[in-house]
Amino acid sequence: MPQSDDSAAAVRLEAVHRSFRSGKRVVKALDGITASAARGVVTGLIGPDGAGKTTLLRLIAGLLRGDSGRIEVMGIDVARDPLAVQARIGYMPQHFGLYEDLSVQENLDLYADLQGVPPTERKEIYNELLHMTGLGPFTARVAGRLSGGMKQKLGLACTLVHPPELLMLDEPTVGVDPVSRRELWEIIEHLTRTQHMTVLYSTAYLDEAERCNAVLLIHDGRLLGSGPPGAFTAEMAGRTFFAKAKLGRRRLQERLIHAPGVIDAVIQGSQVRVVTAAAAPPDPAKLVAMAPDLMLTATPPRFEDSFVARLREKFTVTAPRSPLELSPVAPTARSAPDNVIEVQHVTRRFGDFVAVNDVSFTVARGMIFGLLGANGAGKSTTFRMLCGLLPPSEGTLQVDGFDLRRAAAPARGRIGYMAQRFSLYGDLSVQQNLRFFGSAYRLSGPRRRARIEWAESEFDLGSTLDATARDLPLGFKQRLAFACALMHEPDILFLDEPTSGVDPLARREFWRRINALAEGGVTVLVTTHFMEEAEYCDRLVIMAQGHVLAAGEPETIKAAARTSARPDPTMEDAFIAVIKAAAAPAVAA
Amino acid sequence: MNTASFRRLRGLLRKEFLQILRDPSALAVAFVLPTVLLLIFGDGVSLDARNVPLALVVERPDTLTASFTSQFEHSPFFRPRRFLSIQTAERAMAAREVEGIIWLPSDFTRRAASSGNSPIGVIVNGADANNARIIEGYLQQVWANWLIAQARADGRPSPLPLAAQPQVRFNPAVRSRNYLVPGLIAVIMTLTGALLTALVIAREWERGTMEALMVTRATMREILIAKLIPYFLLGMGGMAASVAIAVLLFDVPLRGSLGVLAGASALFMLAALGMGLLISSFARNQFVAGQIAIITTFLPAFILSGFVFDINSMPPAVQVITHIVAARYFVAILQSVFLAGNVWSVILPNAAALAVMAAIFLGAARIVARKRLD
Repeated sequence: MPQSDDSAAAVRLEAVHRSFRSGKRVVKALDGITASAARGVVTGLIGPDGAGKTTLLRLIAGLLRGDSGRIEVMGIDVARDPLAVQARIGYMPQHFGLYEDLSVQENLDLYADLQGVPPTERKEIYNELLHMTGLGPFTARVAGRLSGGMKQKLGLACTLVHPPELLMLDEPTVGVDPVSRRELWEIIEHLTRTQHMTVLYSTAYLDEAERCNAVLLIHDGRLLGSGPPGAFTAEMAGRTFFAKAKLGRRRLQERLIHAPGVIDAVIQGSQVRVVTAAAAPPDPAKLVAMAPDLMLTATPPRFEDSFVARLREKFTVTAPRSPLELSPVAPTARSAPDNVIEVQHVTRRFGDFVAVNDVSFTVARGMIFGLLGANGAGKSTTFRMLCGLLPPSEGTLQVDGFDLRRAAAPARGRIGYMAQRFSLYGDLSVQQNLRFFGSAYRLSGPRRRARIEWAESEFDLGSTLDATARDLPLGFKQRLAFACALMHEPDILFLDEPTSGVDPLARREFWRRINALAEGGVTVLVTTHFMEEAEYCDRLVIMAQGHVLAAGEPETIKAAARTSARPDPTMEDAFIAVIKAAAAPAVAA
Repeated sequence: MNTASFRRLRGLLRKEFLQILRDPSALAVAFVLPTVLLLIFGDGVSLDARNVPLALVVERPDTLTASFTSQFEHSPFFRPRRFLSIQTAERAMAAREVEGIIWLPSDFTRRAASSGNSPIGVIVNGADANNARIIEGYLQQVWANWLIAQARADGRPSPLPLAAQPQVRFNPAVRSRNYLVPGLIAVIMTLTGALLTALVIAREWERGTMEALMVTRATMREILIAKLIPYFLLGMGGMAASVAIAVLLFDVPLRGSLGVLAGASALFMLAALGMGLLISSFARNQFVAGQIAIITTFLPAFILSGFVFDINSMPPAVQVITHIVAARYFVAILQSVFLAGNVWSVILPNAAALAVMAAIFLGAARIVARKRLD
């Protein structure tokens, strides 16, 4: 390959448009993207679900045609010669494109055949890939029985059997545990360093932006910014602070959000992280009124701060209302136990697979309790058992003193449930969904009408009442699903991955509501694979492979991972520390 | 085909066979589905009247009535039940407990003796017209046999001036199963063939592996051929199993040659698999692909292939439509090969039609399949 080419971009996008029809609506998946990705470095394609990342990668791979605009890969026009492009790229789609019935070795063989790797060279390539991914001991294992992290590495190995000039990875780390995530990044950095490979890496995790050499920030099909991640955070210099007061973190956050000059306030540990509109701390004089003992300390900015700032500037977001008009929850009967949820030594097997292994925890009333873990850690299985949808193989689960598997309707009626991916009726309108879920929870007549009105105003659904749920943007779907779960004013809420894929503003809105509900005495049990969301919980358990690895307050869990080298560990550091600690005895034995 | 292309094809084929061995769903569609359907339908679908429940009302039993009713008791076609009055028998027929009534009034013997011309009442449930006609025919046959036997016993000449000597060709036992089972095989293999390819490709779409395949150097032609070969073999295996069941279990004669049968089946299987490939390029999840396969292959084959319903008695417009149902040609070939032998005047034109249909479906599938997601 001529070296002089190196300065030219690996991928060039010029005014790329692409829309899709979804029912009656036309969705502009890509709305005029002009950008480029340099050779030999990692370019991150960053944005929430529905931003257009996958569409863009598919266009670059020649799997889709654009409506207009031009895409060049290594100087080749993709629309004109997709086969020539496909011969030079490696593409790992979401879910890794593996054949689950085939073993690790058979998957590698298949892709080696398809990519025309000569048999004489295979042994060496396999050895290198298996060594790099750590899959060496598992070559005979069927891909379907690998963990999420191992699948991700096998998918990567399959795209690398014939080293491509351009490697494209579509959300390779979704739901994968943080240890695997770090290992993947080490592999990617190794590839760019030693083989000068160009990498296009799409992700919805904003913290991954900081590991890329360059970032294309995409939102609603448009480019919201591009450049090295340092440039994004540099804009935010001097605008990020930690706030602390005796008031309690949730109340403090709620007040700071409405403070003038503050564009963002999120809970992190026992403090509230504040982002200001200008490079100055919020005016202390104005803040004293809300919390006299307020302490502010400067902290370095993150990529997410810049994303939030851009979103607040560019889009007219519904201003956070104040105060939150969430209806107070009826005080529960005195006789109710203090621990609303009790899980004791619960195990659940599917055949010889143990999905949940001897899990115990308790949740007190009015608490936000988090289940943190990667896909396959056992979170959803635990959830389904709590909701009475699945019987445990061993152990007992009680919700408000009842076993929901046997409890009568009144006990179930006190629980609100929001399923993964928002179980709405796609063909019904917003209003019909609200009505249906109201009736399903035995609301009728004026009470149901009142609750529907409440949901419409509280969740800003008024403008979309007649839209079919299927055609709603993701953020609206999430709000509608949440409204449906709250129709009957439950005092226990089960939320299964409620914020998966929504943009940071929608995520913030969502957590504000959960906070307000918890302040009102509602008990909230939430699963998540976002590390930072764990910070919003009062208590959490970290799960991996069916086990509870750690339990406690976020601060305590983080503190346990504190070392002299890392005095202020993040939740991800803590997660990795507990996984390694759990794995250590196994290695020794 | 160069080595690289050959190697890709070999890799894809190996993958497909490994998947077939490890995920039993394809084997189930190829073998279990036709076997079960054939056993259920082959045993259940019969146009012969057998063990028809029949009410016998004999108002004044004597030796003459006994000799008449014994004809029914010994007939394999009827299962007679005795009723004391015509009213209770009619009630039983209204409840569909019996399909017909034979009514010998109280003066039966007297009038037979005096005039030799005694009426009997025959009432048949006409709700199922086809069944009613068959029962009526059988009844008359039993009645005629009895009359002849009576006349012989009395030394009188036969009361019937003529005696027909029916000669049934190709299916001497007049077992409807003999021509229904070959037709059924055609119908079932239509579904099996289309399902095999439609489901496995839809599964690749669902699991995201198709997307990964498309970005490799494999061409669409290689991907399609790699689907066609394994499922062709699987479908032919299912076909062989069906023929074995027909011959060994249902005693259907096989008069033509196995070679002709295999050749025609191969053409038909290509058409059915081609249909499945075509479906899979529109339906990208297994549920929808399965639904479309049933609606576009199984139902038309069942109704329009001539396997139960005679095509010549359909309205002209519907007759035209039957020409696009591949099963129609296969039914004609199978019925000929099973019951009549190698009748080339039937086999050749129908085989040619199957070849055309296979070419059309496979060609269309190849044209529609592009290395793109939209």
